[in-house]
Amino acid sequence: MNMRRLVGFNLLTGIVLGIGGFYLGWYGAHWLVSSLDIESLDYFGDTDENDLSLFFGYILGVIGFLVGLGFANYPLARLRGYPPSLREKETTGVSRYFGLSTDHKVVGMQYFVGIGGFFFIAGVNAMLIRFELLRPEPNVFPAGNYLTLVTEHGTMMMGMMTSAVLGPFANYLLPIMIGARRMAFPRIEALTFWLLMAAGVILLSGMFYGGLPTGWTGYEPLNLQGNMGMDAYILFFAFVGLSMTLLGLNMLATVITMRAPGMTWTRLPIFVWGVISTAILQLLAAPVLIGVLAMAAFDRTIQTGYFVAAQGGSNYLFENLFWFFGHPEVYILALPGFGVVLELMAVFARKPVWGYRLAVAGMLGVTLLSFTVWQHHLFVSGINSDLRPFYMLSTELISIPTGFIFICAMGTLWRGNITFSVPMLFCLAWVFNFLFGGITGIFNSDTPSDVTTHGSFFVMAHFHYTIMGGLIFTFFAAIYYWLPKMTGYMLNERLGKVHFWMMFIAFNCTFGPLFALGFEGMPRRVVTYPTDLQGLNDFVSASAFVLGISMLVFLYNLVYSQLFAKVPAPANPWGSKSLEFQLPSPVPVHDFDRIPVILDDPYGYGEEGRIVARPMPIPAGAGGEV
Amino acid sequence: MMRKLGHGARIALIWLVASTVGDVLVATVLTPHLPPGTGSTEASGQRFDNEVLTLVCIPIIALILVFFSYVLIVFRRRTGAPLTDGPPIRGNARVQTIWIASTTLIVLFLAAFGTYELLGGAGGGQGSGPVFVPDASAASLAQGAKPLQVQVIAQQWQFTYRYPDDGGFESAQFVLPVNRQVELHVTSLDVIHSFWVPALGVKADANPGADNIAYVTPTKVQSLHIECAELCGLFHGYMFDTGRVVSAAAFATFVAKQRAFVAPVTRYLPKYATTYLPEPAFRAG
Amino acid sequence: MSSSQKKISGIVAVMAVAGVAIGFYITGYLMSGPAAFHPTVTPGPSRSVNLTLQTDAAVGPSLAPNPDWVSYLVQDQSGKWRRTTVWSLPAHTLVHVTVYQFDGDSGLRNPFMAKVRGTVGNSMQVNGKTRNVIDPDDASHTFAVPALDLIVPLMGVADDAKNQCGYGPCAMSNAHNTITFSFMTPGPGRYRWQCLVPCAAGFLAGFGGPMQTLGYMDGFLNVS
Repeated sequence: MNMRRLVGFNLLTGIVLGIGGFYLGWYGAHWLVSSLDIESLDYFGDTDENDLSLFFGYILGVIGFLVGLGFANYPLARLRGYPPSLREKETTGVSRYFGLSTDHKVVGMQYFVGIGGFFFIAGVNAMLIRFELLRPEPNVFPAGNYLTLVTEHGTMMMGMMTSAVLGPFANYLLPIMIGARRMAFPRIEALTFWLLMAAGVILLSGMFYGGLPTGWTGYEPLNLQGNMGMDAYILFFAFVGLSMTLLGLNMLATVITMRAPGMTWTRLPIFVWGVISTAILQLLAAPVLIGVLAMAAFDRTIQTGYFVAAQGGSNYLFENLFWFFGHPEVYILALPGFGVVLELMAVFARKPVWGYRLAVAGMLGVTLLSFTVWQHHLFVSGINSDLRPFYMLSTELISIPTGFIFICAMGTLWRGNITFSVPMLFCLAWVFNFLFGGITGIFNSDTPSDVTTHGSFFVMAHFHYTIMGGLIFTFFAAIYYWLPKMTGYMLNERLGKVHFWMMFIAFNCTFGPLFALGFEGMPRRVVTYPTDLQGLNDFVSASAFVLGISMLVFLYNLVYSQLFAKVPAPANPWGSKSLEFQLPSPVPVHDFDRIPVILDDPYGYGEEGRIVARPMPIPAGAGGEV
Repeated sequence: MMRKLGHGARIALIWLVASTVGDVLVATVLTPHLPPGTGSTEASGQRFDNEVLTLVCIPIIALILVFFSYVLIVFRRRTGAPLTDGPPIRGNARVQTIWIASTTLIVLFLAAFGTYELLGGAGGGQGSGPVFVPDASAASLAQGAKPLQVQVIAQQWQFTYRYPDDGGFESAQFVLPVNRQVELHVTSLDVIHSFWVPALGVKADANPGADNIAYVTPTKVQSLHIECAELCGLFHGYMFDTGRVVSAAAFATFVAKQRAFVAPVTRYLPKYATTYLPEPAFRAG
Repeated sequence: MSSSQKKISGIVAVMAVAGVAIGFYITGYLMSGPAAFHPTVTPGPSRSVNLTLQTDAAVGPSLAPNPDWVSYLVQDQSGKWRRTTVWSLPAHTLVHVTVYQFDGDSGLRNPFMAKVRGTVGNSMQVNGKTRNVIDPDDASHTFAVPALDLIVPLMGVADDAKNQCGYGPCAMSNAHNTITFSFMTPGPGRYRWQCLVPCAAGFLAGFGGPMQTLGYMDGFLNVS
């Protein structure tokens, strides 16, 4: 690493300028508020808090961070007529991974490490929550800090994990799968990652500004009442929303415009369809979140009253807008999993995806319907009781397209030649988990039943079954399946199986009893509960710790196999016909020497003589075979 | 006999047995333990609802689990067997049609059934203009032509209760007469809370500046556990309370005693209203 | 080990150590709360505990990082005022509470809380006079333990009183009301107590900041 790299635009300069920007905004706004003497900002003196300064600090901090990383270089150079710097296009060296890079493979690896890190932090939060719930009375964390933990865990998981599959795997693999050399907007691709990292740090810092009492939903007016930590919540989700919107835009643009010749819509790998439907949701839902958070930010800083009943506002406004984003959000988390499961099942059953068009219809149907169901989160909130039957119907309708995915998975395995590799085990666990997540969803969607289950541990168990069972299990399936392709080294299979069985059993022991606890009447987000529920809670906590240990097994496997054992991955370890497995492992810097011409979909198992792709023919005399 | 059957028929047979056994167990063993019990008309309705949903879901769960277990066992690659491809079946129009048709039918049935069960209000908060108003029982009509009104006032972090039919006195105790239809008006003085009485099958969010009405007819004399089901700040976990369902006579005694006890403060209370927006409202001290 | 392998291993090791250190720091930070105060128990057949409190409109820079926040203070055995709201009390014991009320009135959100409940005799002494209710608008704070159905509204200092206290801890020479009451502690357990008056200036509904941070306007009775 030479001097130029150290002082150049990289993570280090990003952090330095980020901290500088933060204090510039913090003290600048303090000076502004005191020198302008605006009456509506007088409350800053009473509360010993200054939300405006914190907002300015965070925003300038993020801008400084991005400038420090080098995001301003290209536009500035072009504006001033200089040739753009090519630093972001560097192709060698470890230092690429610690700065702005427009190589989709570098961004994919950055996402993998970054998302993994925050997943680990949020997971530790969950361990601490379960540690606290070992006893019916608070004994480890004071009541307020417990709520901060709950909020940190929920918000981080719901925010950062939106990119758990799309970030690492779609960024890395989607261009290759569709026969492209890069994403449509490489600089935006890098921006989505660094925005997400900045957002994660902002959220974590919130606990030092008085904590976050609201849970991941951030309901008004508790949000407005909260300490300065809530500013961190608002800006975290706003930046995550921005990142999500750009990520979805980039994915859609790439799939629409950059498919290789012959890559028709029905020849796309089914994983790409999972990405497409997720991207549609991200592009359309996340801006609503940014909008509602802007209103919340105005309420907190310049004293507007969007959500204050006494000022003509309404908390229903927040609830509706939030869930208009929030329900598509949970499908943003679930849909990539659908794609991963079908993609992998075809490979490990050695059969084509059964009912490809039905699966696509299922994903798009879920995408479309997920915008029509948001008020099922508000069945007992006291809004629009006459619309309840409609939202009950629309919510239950969504199980029809979800059912398509199940029948396609069933059809794909039927009469197959099934190999129980580690990725396949995780896909099969998805079937089990998502089945129970979906079935319990029927209880939540049914209004009379929801009166009991709403806001209880039942709901908590339900969405952990769908999101953790649906997303995180497929996330690990994708890691075991594709990471060898990305790094060039296999993961240890024996450790992988230990990880799987520990995680699968502990997961069900953790969240299964929560259904019962919900039925027993335990509300969510409580630090204390009746003593007769202690037995079940202790069992759940113990299982949760085993679940946490299973993650350490994975971490050990990752470090051991990638840094020490280093078993080289063959180009096609799973015998897949998909394009990415026709390239060497790891994928070389320039993915395809020649753009392929697509002749068929990648599922021609058992179909003799079907060729997926061949390299673009070279005009006569231009060169030899590739 | 199994030998002669095809894979599909075997799966169907195992599924039939599993779902029959499962449903019988649900109807006999599980149902008495299903929440929220039979403490009120609404709770009984919800329990019936939960029972029907469980009965419908068991065969679906059984189908998926039986199918996957069977397929994974029968079509697994044996140790040492070559990695040959399976048959290239890319779909089956008939199976797909049956699947779509049957899931649609189940879903439509569930939605229709849920709507039918909802017509009685189901104990949920319905806002200020309730649509699904249950009919009062004869026992309730004998105690009064109109439902008993009880207002639930939530604040950080305590519920209090107002009895407008009896001079509008306020009490820290939640007491209801048995077999009388009750119209609960739930509101909040600050942030969102949720009034949850598990044993009565009642849950209604308490919103600042909004009235949320829920109907319930308690059918059993018992003591109640009351909880807040919406995160409302620091002491959300401590925002629980107890209540009682008592006989009509005991209720009259409670009213008389409590009314006398709180009389000194009753004159300070604002006039009974469906919502209150006390000052200071916003950021003030 | 190749050089790149060494480099990556080094980076991973540094990241792991930093992560664990940050994790421990954050966990420790979140575990910290106000330290419990153990008042002296008067032994003998009439076992009792004396608890002396004061309420300040602004807790002052010497006692808290947020000098403008409203707060309860408790007097320890040496006569020093401490800012902690977690008090350890023996079970089934009479607690005699004396509150020096230095803060002005804010008014109750729910006027019902102006009635004294749950104390011995369902009443309190305000500057020596027995009261069982006050005008809700005069309330400055309350001492409430909802699980015991205990509530004592504390009358605020008149707005025009002379020599009002600025920053806490307030001296006895400042204008104040003296409120005394007694209550029996229940069986062992942790009981939260809180203020029900919207007294956190500047926050929505007067209920943010000090009202939602342990150590100011709400705390626990650790009864054992």
